[in-house]
Amino acid sequence: MPGAIYAEGLVKTFGDVRALDGVDLDVPEGTVLGLLGPNGAGKTTTVRCLTTLLRPDSGSAVVAGIDVLKHPDAVRRSIGLSGQFAAVDEYLTGRENLQMVGQLYQMKAKAAKARAVELLDQFDLADAADRPTKTYSGGMRRRLDLAAALVVSPPVMFMDEPTTGLDPRNRQLLWEVIKRLVSGGTTLLLTTQYLEEADHLAHEIAVVDHGHVIAKGTSDQLKARTGGERVEVVVHEREHIQPASEVLRGFGKGDTTVEDHMRKLTVPVTGGAKLLAEVIRELDTRGIEIDDIGLRRPTLDDVFLSLTGHLAEAKDEENGKEAVK
Amino acid sequence: MSSLTDAVRVAPAANPVSQSVRDSIVVAKRNLIRMSRIPEMIIYGLIQPIMFVVLFTYVFGGSMQIGSSTSAVDYKNFLMAGIFAQTVTFATASSGAGIADDMHKGLIDRFRSLPMARGAVLTGRTFADLVQTALTLVVLAVVALLVGWRIGSDGSTNAGRVLGAFGLLLLLGYAFTWIGALIGMSVRTPEAATSSGLIWLFPVTFISNAFVDTSHMTPWLRHIAEWNPFSATVQACRVLFANPGQSPSDAWPMQHPVWASLIYSVLIIVIFRTLAVRKYRSATA
Repeated sequence: MPGAIYAEGLVKTFGDVRALDGVDLDVPEGTVLGLLGPNGAGKTTTVRCLTTLLRPDSGSAVVAGIDVLKHPDAVRRSIGLSGQFAAVDEYLTGRENLQMVGQLYQMKAKAAKARAVELLDQFDLADAADRPTKTYSGGMRRRLDLAAALVVSPPVMFMDEPTTGLDPRNRQLLWEVIKRLVSGGTTLLLTTQYLEEADHLAHEIAVVDHGHVIAKGTSDQLKARTGGERVEVVVHEREHIQPASEVLRGFGKGDTTVEDHMRKLTVPVTGGAKLLAEVIRELDTRGIEIDDIGLRRPTLDDVFLSLTGHLAEAKDEENGKEAVK
Repeated sequence: MSSLTDAVRVAPAANPVSQSVRDSIVVAKRNLIRMSRIPEMIIYGLIQPIMFVVLFTYVFGGSMQIGSSTSAVDYKNFLMAGIFAQTVTFATASSGAGIADDMHKGLIDRFRSLPMARGAVLTGRTFADLVQTALTLVVLAVVALLVGWRIGSDGSTNAGRVLGAFGLLLLLGYAFTWIGALIGMSVRTPEAATSSGLIWLFPVTFISNAFVDTSHMTPWLRHIAEWNPFSATVQACRVLFANPGQSPSDAWPMQHPVWASLIYSVLIIVIFRTLAVRKYRSATA
């Protein structure tokens, strides 16, 4: 049985750019899927297709059990969308914004009013309820935007980079909100460029690049795929890079990567702490002075790097384009 | 936070027409609240037409020939219908800029993801602009009366006819806000919407009977002016206000200005509403 969010072979082209090149997704009810990828990978386009904002050129999608292409209006009644920008009217107060959205979800005026009060309380905006949102901080606006997406407590939620541009405190706050939401049974599709965020919130992660899902799995599964632990050494002087790399070659289970400007060497290993001690002894014997050394397990950054050949937050010329659309 | 997932029931889709009206009113209300919080916009919107009334009256009055008269008083009475009509068409720019701003800020995306009537975001905006246009017209009419404009200066009329003239002006303004809506949906920034919303209005409102007697124009220009939809409303207002300078032309819109004004405005609404709503349905911000 397909999940609460299901997509098969979504394709969308903008002129020459193939923004989506056959995206498949399946999100079981009550879980969070983290859609991870660099700018321009197709994350936003995927969300726009699933939320009826954009019609895919081909492929099919089912959200909350409803065919997105056949019954977009019924889908709209079952979803909440919180976008990259806080889409609230800056001249309206927080309360007025929520009431309006409630009424446009076809709630009666009175019910929309009551719901607005509830949400303002829950999102810690009660004190600012009657101020135009122009006066809100970035974090408050995001919270209001999220509240607007939750007016009807939709069973399926989409959040497109909900914490981009937020300071760490506000990001933490929003994470708490999202966790509570999901513990209540909501199915959530979340896009992010922050690997940490996906690691933190998502049950399953789909890595997208160039309009494809290139890998899928839990955070641990993806990390395991990337390989095991590695030793990372930062030498004190540039001249020591060469001898240090010879030492590491003796211990490593693969090629040593060198980041010259940081005087950093990394090599995959097996053997854990015991091996680390041996590496340190050997470097010491050869008189190589080190600033830092450690045993590292792969992060999602490593996963991303090994899957796509570039970092998640890297932006290149081509990728810049889609962000504008 | 516990009640975050309390099921708040989403009502099933109602009768599409009543839903459309209801949603449009919700959006109109939002835009009116917005306008009331940016009073400087309303004030600037008033300054320009008032300036036109004063400048045209005192600078041009006396050196313009209307029919066979060069009297400043006649020009004043001739002018007001033109200024009123021009003013209502300028609502195009504000409606276009407002919609472009909503696109720009991601609000159109939010609206499009809601189970609301597809045309309501644009219709709501045009309703709100209509209210603002009505307000502007009232202020402008008062200023016109203060500088000496007189209804019935060139014949007799009655309250019904005068109200009819204002009705035609509002309808023309409303029709033009739909052109603005299409512009707003088609450009990328509110600034572009403001300038592209205004530029073409100058030839449209000047190649007309609004400020000069068209019988002094070269024939080809006069032809354009007499068939200009905008001229029909101006002529209709002069007839209904019983003000001087009505064009004696044989052109159909000049002979039947009230009907012509109605037909033109309704046509503009039908065409531009269709195009704008189609654009809205497929909008990508």
